[in-house]
Amino acid sequence: MTRFLVRRLLTAVLTLFAVSVLSFLMFFGLPRDPVSGMCPKNCNAERLERVRTELGLRDPLVEQYANYMKGIVTGRDLGSSQGGRCEAPCLGYSYVNSEAVTDTLTRVLPVTLSIVIPAAVLWLVLGVGLGMISALRRGTLLDRLAIGFSLTGASLQLYFVGAVLLLVFTYNLRLTPVPSYTSIFDNPWKWASGLVLAWVALAFLFSAIYARLSRAQMLETLSEDFVRTARAKGLAKPTVYGRHALRAAITPVVTIAGLDVGSALGGTVITETTFGLQGLGRTAIDAVRSGDLPTIMATVLISAVFIVVANIVVDILYAAIDPRVRLR
Amino acid sequence: MDRSESAPSGDPDRPDVPEQRAGDGPYLRVKDLRVRFDTEDGVVRAVDGVSFAVDRGRTLGIVGESGSGKSVTSLAVLGLHDAKRATITGEITVGGRQLVGLPEEEVRRLRGRDMAMIFQDPLSALHPYYSVGKQIAEAYRVHHPRAGKREARTRAVDMLGRVGIPQPAKRFDQYPHEFSGGMRQRAMIAMALVNDPDLVIADEPTTALDVTVQAQILDLLADLQAEFHSAIVLITHDLGVVSQVADEVLVMYGGRAVERGSMEQVLRRPQHPYTWGLLSSVPSLRGDAEADLVPIPGNPPSLINLPSGCAFHPRCRYAGRNGDRSRTEVPELRPAGEDGHLVACHLPADERTRLYREEIAHVGVAAG
Repeated sequence: MTRFLVRRLLTAVLTLFAVSVLSFLMFFGLPRDPVSGMCPKNCNAERLERVRTELGLRDPLVEQYANYMKGIVTGRDLGSSQGGRCEAPCLGYSYVNSEAVTDTLTRVLPVTLSIVIPAAVLWLVLGVGLGMISALRRGTLLDRLAIGFSLTGASLQLYFVGAVLLLVFTYNLRLTPVPSYTSIFDNPWKWASGLVLAWVALAFLFSAIYARLSRAQMLETLSEDFVRTARAKGLAKPTVYGRHALRAAITPVVTIAGLDVGSALGGTVITETTFGLQGLGRTAIDAVRSGDLPTIMATVLISAVFIVVANIVVDILYAAIDPRVRLR
Repeated sequence: MDRSESAPSGDPDRPDVPEQRAGDGPYLRVKDLRVRFDTEDGVVRAVDGVSFAVDRGRTLGIVGESGSGKSVTSLAVLGLHDAKRATITGEITVGGRQLVGLPEEEVRRLRGRDMAMIFQDPLSALHPYYSVGKQIAEAYRVHHPRAGKREARTRAVDMLGRVGIPQPAKRFDQYPHEFSGGMRQRAMIAMALVNDPDLVIADEPTTALDVTVQAQILDLLADLQAEFHSAIVLITHDLGVVSQVADEVLVMYGGRAVERGSMEQVLRRPQHPYTWGLLSSVPSLRGDAEADLVPIPGNPPSLINLPSGCAFHPRCRYAGRNGDRSRTEVPELRPAGEDGHLVACHLPADERTRLYREEIAHVGVAAG
């Protein structure tokens, strides 16, 4: 297990290195002058020149990359127009936002985490539960309702569901406040009520997919020989389904859930936009629009970190569920 | 713990269904069993009026090709068919209790305790995610709700040892994939016998195993039967297996019994052309090495659209000898001459005996 973790962490570092080099090259290596998009309003030639020097764009590419990486690990000194000393993990300075990128991220990351994690819990419980029940009640009205629910969820778009939820619950019924982000540490109630519509919208769409997946998995597992063995032993149905069938059926769901959560943490652009929340996804899109290179770099890297970590977690969960999987 | 168990009576570990093990009569009696599945393609008559009986300490071999209804019969005895999909009629009496029509909860309590099953492929029949010992202990605890974890473990380790698994205490914690095929089947047998059932149904218990291991498993079953004095129903398509362990044999075709009798009667003096076909398509080590094997022509029939009359007639070389009878009239299972030997065939008894002697007896295992 320790060996596995060490090995996977090394691979993870390598992956992130590759991602950082690629995105670095893509932005800084392109023929387009990065400063043109980065310079705030009222640019003139002189100012452009200063920004270029302060960003180190005159240095060789390798040196620029080394400085960037050094900033992440140990921090670095930036020019006075970039706020001077930038402590580790330093991800550079954004002229567009007039602040260090790390500060932007510490502000927007909690928003995305607060959207995704509760929504993921909701969609997993709802989706897997619904899938299991409809597999066990196959062919009944309940099953057909669940299939209908999945089909609806899979066919709808978040901005539509989100808009409907907003219209009904916020503007017509006035049950929920206009979505906003408050830190859970400041006011848990405001945190939850401000985000609940986003959770419901995300969970509705995702749980539809998970209901279909877990229904199919459960149906397949129920026809396995070991389920018949469990019944032949005289086990009661709740034990047969809950202990024997569920554990086998859930394995593929775990994989997909891990990857879905990992990529959702990298930014839920549409959700954030629909509900007017400034999270990682919207920050990334805004950065792309305004050509804010340091912010783009940082959001790409942090999404990559989430995906890599999600992969490791999935592997560990897999080994915990299935004894045939050995972590080496 | 199962809260639905009723108050204890007698044996504290077996608190439910009162004991009704009448001393007289066979332990398992199946009478006119019919199992029907309604499918989109039509009604599948998987088992169509089969009767047999097995005493404790005796072994019945049920023989037939795939689709002959032998596995469906065994699953019906254990009540493992989905009640929504299968319609079961007839009588299944286990230890004096009629199981057909009994509520699922009552059948469940008998399952694994009074009647247990050994499945064909132990790799897929054991749960891949739970240790072998845990699965055996679970089978024990479900019927011994008062037994603690430690007691169940001791019992499971003891059973693993009894079925010939070396270092059972260590093996207890291993997973099915860490066992060899033969060891897995031994573990499966240990699980089936952990509650000392009076009836054991073994569905092709050796089919998935190497030939060398097959013999060991069959020996083990015979030894355990002598020890536990249980009734065994052995389902197989392998006549060699039947000849080694069965006391009585039932031959099934298209969901019906076509021949029934003692092992000697059915394998040495078979009366049904289908049994002849099975025998002459199996090679024998002792028989004439030059003699050709004679396969049964054609394929097993569709259970949705069974051939009229004798279901075997399209594949039977002798079907034409009775005019149209084989095609039009379903043959009854009737005494074939010897005491206890029954056959469902329209051919006259003396002609069957003559045909067997002249045409079949020298081919395949029939000659051995």
